[in-house]
Amino acid sequence: MSNDVIIQGPGVAHAHDAATEHHGHEHHEQHFIWKYIFSQDHKIIAKQYLISGIIWAVIGALMSVFFRLQLGFPDKTFPIMEKFLGEWAKGGKLSPEFYYALVTMHGTILVFFVLTAGLSGTFSNFLIPLQIGARDMASPFMNMLSFWFFFAAGVIMFASLYVETGPASGGWTTYPPLSALKEASLGSGVGMDLWLISMVLFVVSQLLGGLNYISTILNMRTKGMAMTRLPLTIWAFLFTAILGVLSFPVLTSGFVLLIFDRHFGTSFYLSEIFIGGKALPHIGGSAILYQHLFWFLGHPEVYIIMLPGMGMASEVLSTHSRKPIFGYFAMIISLVGITVLAFLVWAHHMFVTGMSPFLGSIFVLLTLLIAVPSAVKVFNWLTTIWRGNIRFTVPMTFAIGFVSLFISGGLTGIFLGNSALDIQLHDTYFVIAHFHLVMGVSAFFGMFAGIYHWYPKMFGRFMNNTLGYIHFFITIIGAYLIFWPMHYEGIAGMPRRYYDYSAWESFKQFQGLNSFISIVVIVVFFGQLMFVFNFFVSIFRGRKVTVQNPWQSNTLEWTTPIKPGHGNWEGDIPEVHRWAYDYKDDGNGNDFIPQTVPLKAGEESH
Amino acid sequence: MAQATTAASETKMWGGGRSPFNVSYGKMMMWFFLLSDAFTFGAFLISYGTTRYFSAVWPDPNQVFKSFPLMGEANLPLMFVSLMTFILILSSVTMVLAVHAGHYGDKKGVIKWLLWTIIGGIAFLSCQAWEWTHLHSEGGWWGSFTDPSTPISAIHHFFKHDEAVQAMIPAHGLQATHDFFNYFFTITGFHGAHVTSGVVFNILVLVNAVNGTYERRGHYEMVEKVGLYWHFVDLVWVFVFTCFYLL
Repeated sequence: MSNDVIIQGPGVAHAHDAATEHHGHEHHEQHFIWKYIFSQDHKIIAKQYLISGIIWAVIGALMSVFFRLQLGFPDKTFPIMEKFLGEWAKGGKLSPEFYYALVTMHGTILVFFVLTAGLSGTFSNFLIPLQIGARDMASPFMNMLSFWFFFAAGVIMFASLYVETGPASGGWTTYPPLSALKEASLGSGVGMDLWLISMVLFVVSQLLGGLNYISTILNMRTKGMAMTRLPLTIWAFLFTAILGVLSFPVLTSGFVLLIFDRHFGTSFYLSEIFIGGKALPHIGGSAILYQHLFWFLGHPEVYIIMLPGMGMASEVLSTHSRKPIFGYFAMIISLVGITVLAFLVWAHHMFVTGMSPFLGSIFVLLTLLIAVPSAVKVFNWLTTIWRGNIRFTVPMTFAIGFVSLFISGGLTGIFLGNSALDIQLHDTYFVIAHFHLVMGVSAFFGMFAGIYHWYPKMFGRFMNNTLGYIHFFITIIGAYLIFWPMHYEGIAGMPRRYYDYSAWESFKQFQGLNSFISIVVIVVFFGQLMFVFNFFVSIFRGRKVTVQNPWQSNTLEWTTPIKPGHGNWEGDIPEVHRWAYDYKDDGNGNDFIPQTVPLKAGEESH
Repeated sequence: MAQATTAASETKMWGGGRSPFNVSYGKMMMWFFLLSDAFTFGAFLISYGTTRYFSAVWPDPNQVFKSFPLMGEANLPLMFVSLMTFILILSSVTMVLAVHAGHYGDKKGVIKWLLWTIIGGIAFLSCQAWEWTHLHSEGGWWGSFTDPSTPISAIHHFFKHDEAVQAMIPAHGLQATHDFFNYFFTITGFHGAHVTSGVVFNILVLVNAVNGTYERRGHYEMVEKVGLYWHFVDLVWVFVFTCFYLL
């Protein structure tokens, strides 16, 4: 089946014109609801994901500001928190219960709602059809469903913030027994149920999206778009989708068993437990089983977060340094390596669960192996920009920042992957520093690079450059100032998830450092608000894009009209004749040759 | 895809402009979905396996599943589940015939064989309902057998009658019975839910076939897609059957 037939529609070739909506405007106009809300156009769905992601990111970041205020200034009160959190911050002092709820929701929101749905949801949807030369996804309807399942998951998660006993508060990993016993903590009640329902809907959304991405990439490439001519973004999205389709179902199984433990008296994860001197009717379960099921998703999940950023950074670095990507095939092979290894390393999150040291050593070996493809990618990025004709545009700065943060955070992964070291560093701020740099901020930088780079394609306007540069410098300096000191705290043994470190003789010395981190967090938070401001204002007021290919890029999305309609190309879909990275002399004074240009006589393909 | 059937593009399977596997996107999605679903069942069965491995004792399927409807106390180990499995496999055969008829555009054949498949699915589900009810009447359910004061006589008939049982520590027996039924009802329930949804899909496709939707469309690919799903659900049953009834 081809969706050419379905949505190609009139296929009338207009001369393109930036000011008007194109596709089929002489035919019946779609109603607002079908065009912008229940839309089946991949570009609109991508924007829906992006804007939902931004809203969630602001909520998640605001939560981190609140708990950083507690950590940085445990003896002070902040009446403004009471305005936001009401009873949970009576007199401006965060309650311990809600502190745990905040760190839990911060993790859940950022990992799943922003960096999974907001990142790959946005860019897989936006770029896959545009860059492979398709009019839309394989199944636009399923694509729409995917967004609305995500939306429903979001509504339920948001509602859980308002239940009387508070949202889930057992950490974003929701280990039992804390998550399985309603009596265990305030957040283990209704909040936890809503969390589970929301996450199951989220998995459905991921599945619908992932199946679509995979079959679109494999089946719907335009003529000439061999797999070896695909931009690296598409390769990255393909492996991201494969990771999601294969790892999320295991999480679903884990959740199903957890739901039975919570409500139907089973003991999958619960062994003999006493609460308030009374024995619970659970016997013989294993809490470790949940950890295995969770981390079988949980580890691939970090690559689901990282790969889209890697793909987009590759594309942006190559385009803005006017050089072919270095080691295209090595990039693909390293993506394959990362994808395979992602499934074989989950137990490195569990070195302290009492697993056999022999088994641990196998997981150490496999974990450290990931350093190889990661290093291949890093060296390829560096050699790509080496002696390039670099244009320091805003997306380029973020792509370079991405590489910097990926190196800084990745190196500490080698520390943590060693079980011998991990026994000391487990659950300390060293871990916090590691994963925030390597998959939190770094993935965000990949996302920002993507937003700034493809914003002109999305909205037909540019974002403000000056604000973009300010955003970049605040964010990169802030990220290092926030997370670098945490390494020292972690090496000194400071555990994560504590409410008040000033109560501990061993960690009192870090009070000044904690206050410093919290102040930087506030500054960076306002820096991000500035980005959000820039994003939304530029949709209406940004400088208009006047040329079809503003970055002088090779890929197919820049052959569409400035504001493409549903169906993307007005005439026939262009045919592809070369790979995506021919940044070289075209013989007419340009330093790039788009994929649609046929090979010249005697010219060799890459 | 637009099947550009020039000789050049035939040779370039992955060259773009066509499906590299010669399948529609819908069938490809179904294959990847089944792969995904296999991981769901895999996770369940592996969880079951580890729990069982760490148990000192485990109920004996020949004892747990020895009843047959209307046969009273007769000792017929695994007879009923063999019948269920036979029914399900038979329904896979009828599904194959439905798909086959679809390839020839044989509307009557598709309708006939799909109908038999649906009947097979419903028969399997009915058998499962009887088995669940029977086990429930013997005290098995989610969260059963947790009371430490349960007499050993309440569970000893689930185990092999040899010395090992006599020496069995009651707490071990309780825990094993508890775990066994928790997993049994969860996993066969999850499988049963798949069969139920499969029956629903088959009915929808049957209605479309009767209405001539596929005849107008010119192909019966939808029958193939639900066929893939149906075979997968059967295949999963083979594993569930092995884990719970044979091992």
